[in-house]
Amino acid sequence: MKVDFEVNGRAVSVDVTPRMTLADCLRHELNLTGTHIGCEHGVCGACTVIVNGDAVRSCLMLAVQAKGAEVTTVEGLSLEEGLTPLQEAFKRHHGLQCGFCTPGMLTTLHALLSEEPEASEERIRDVISGNLCRCTGYIPIIEAAMDARAAYQQARGDK
Amino acid sequence: MKLPHFEYEAPASLDEAVALLVAGDGSARPIAGGQSFVPVMAFRLAEPSMLVDLRNIPGLDKIEITDAGVRIGAMVRWRDVLDDARLVEALPLLPAAIDHVAHYQIRNRGTVGGSLAHADPAAEMPTIALTCDAVLEVVGSKGQRSVKAADLFMGPLMTSLESDEIITSVLLPAWPADRRWAFQEFARRRGDFALAGIALFYDEDASGAAHNVHIGAISVGDTPLRLAKAEAVLNGRKIDEAAIAEAAAAASAEVDPSGDIHASARYRKSLVGTLLSRALQGAANRKAK
Ligand SMILES: Cc1cc2nc3c(=O)[nH]c(=O)nc-3n(C[C@H](O)[C@H](O)[C@H](O)COP(=O)(O)OP(=O)(O)OC[C@H]3O[C@@H](n4cnc5c(N)ncnc54)[C@H](O)[C@@H]3O)c2cc1C
Ligand code: FES
Ligand code: FES
Repeated sequence: MKVDFEVNGRAVSVDVTPRMTLADCLRHELNLTGTHIGCEHGVCGACTVIVNGDAVRSCLMLAVQAKGAEVTTVEGLSLEEGLTPLQEAFKRHHGLQCGFCTPGMLTTLHALLSEEPEASEERIRDVISGNLCRCTGYIPIIEAAMDARAAYQQARGDK
Repeated sequence: MKLPHFEYEAPASLDEAVALLVAGDGSARPIAGGQSFVPVMAFRLAEPSMLVDLRNIPGLDKIEITDAGVRIGAMVRWRDVLDDARLVEALPLLPAAIDHVAHYQIRNRGTVGGSLAHADPAAEMPTIALTCDAVLEVVGSKGQRSVKAADLFMGPLMTSLESDEIITSVLLPAWPADRRWAFQEFARRRGDFALAGIALFYDEDASGAAHNVHIGAISVGDTPLRLAKAEAVLNGRKIDEAAIAEAAAAASAEVDPSGDIHASARYRKSLVGTLLSRALQGAANRKAK
């Protein structure tokens, strides 16, 4: 089936079988391997991408269901010229070690903070409870998110 | 785990969707948020010939509040329920329960209709529907009909719906403003499926005695359950310490949960009693508005 959608601001057209998940489509058809696949059944959160503004599990969505959607992957959250404030905060707080969970953490937190730049620590903890990390113990990730809020608050103010 | 092969259609009307299900003769399945059914297919618990995606069918994504109660479209997502501030007054038990469903990303896709059709005894929505005497509207090849939640759940992941029937909405009957209610569940981690849970409400007469007691239990049977014995203990009585203790004992005695790697049967039995007494205390102490 031919499916047209947008990934990171670029129009794409892929020919996929219905059984292909959006995660596999991004990785294998579009070579966007930043989206990681851990469990393939919705439990780990590594595959999180942003579809029409909402963070979703790309292993639980079919590529054919992305028809007409705007998809943002972790690749779409970085800048050519340097680190984004969220990436900078992850670096400063050691929010990653092996990096496997990081794409899911960044997409989830970007979706959250774009919509709720004032999110409380409790809210952030609740939101990333759906993302597993085997390395950091989560605290540095929460600290990074708390730190990055200022940039999202400012971005909202500038609009 | 890659998914099995299937065909895919996303029809723009209910009629077309039903026709596709009829043509599939039991092997075509609806898909809503996919948050349960994609894992089900990944584990090969189902290998449908075709998925009929309900996402393009208009009118299934509304929450309507009328004198009759709260009508929730089948394609309303968990996220939409939690974002709808009206529900906190109109049916406070619902958002309180849905707040325990899954995680952020899953709530952006998972739907009310999908959860009812999936009929997981560990899920919140089926027990809320049962506890609140909800009535579902379904459409199939034989036309439209209403199905009481009490007649829907047949077993784990089994409902009384025909394979060509689609849930279009569920009506939760109107909720008196001074109704007492509570929701309690225990899970290892927030957002995980409950080891056990209790949803309840009751009304009070002028003397303060409880009547119309409804108690639903999550994750302690093959289907969502009403705890009739515990309800009988409380109906007509003031909800005091003695009544709570008696009801909790009755609840523990009347359920027959199975054990698994997450919790033993004995633990779940005892947990039901504990959660019921916490819920009753919460309901009794909640300030009436
Ligand atoms: C990691 C994880 C944790 C979760 N935790 C919880 C939790 O704590 N509590 C909880 O309740 N749920 C939980 N869920 C499940 C989630 O809430 C699902 O979204 C929900 O159970 C099903 O909704 P859906 O829209 O995704 O349905 P789908 O997965 O699309 O469909 C489920 C079933 O319903 C059928 N169906 C769907 N819509 C209709 C309809 N309108 N008419 C007839 N049949 C239909 C499908 O054919 C399928 O059999 C979890 C899921 C995951 C992946
Ligand atoms: S790979 Fe999608 S949630 Fe684990
Ligand atoms: S940094 Fe290794 S899993 Fe999170």
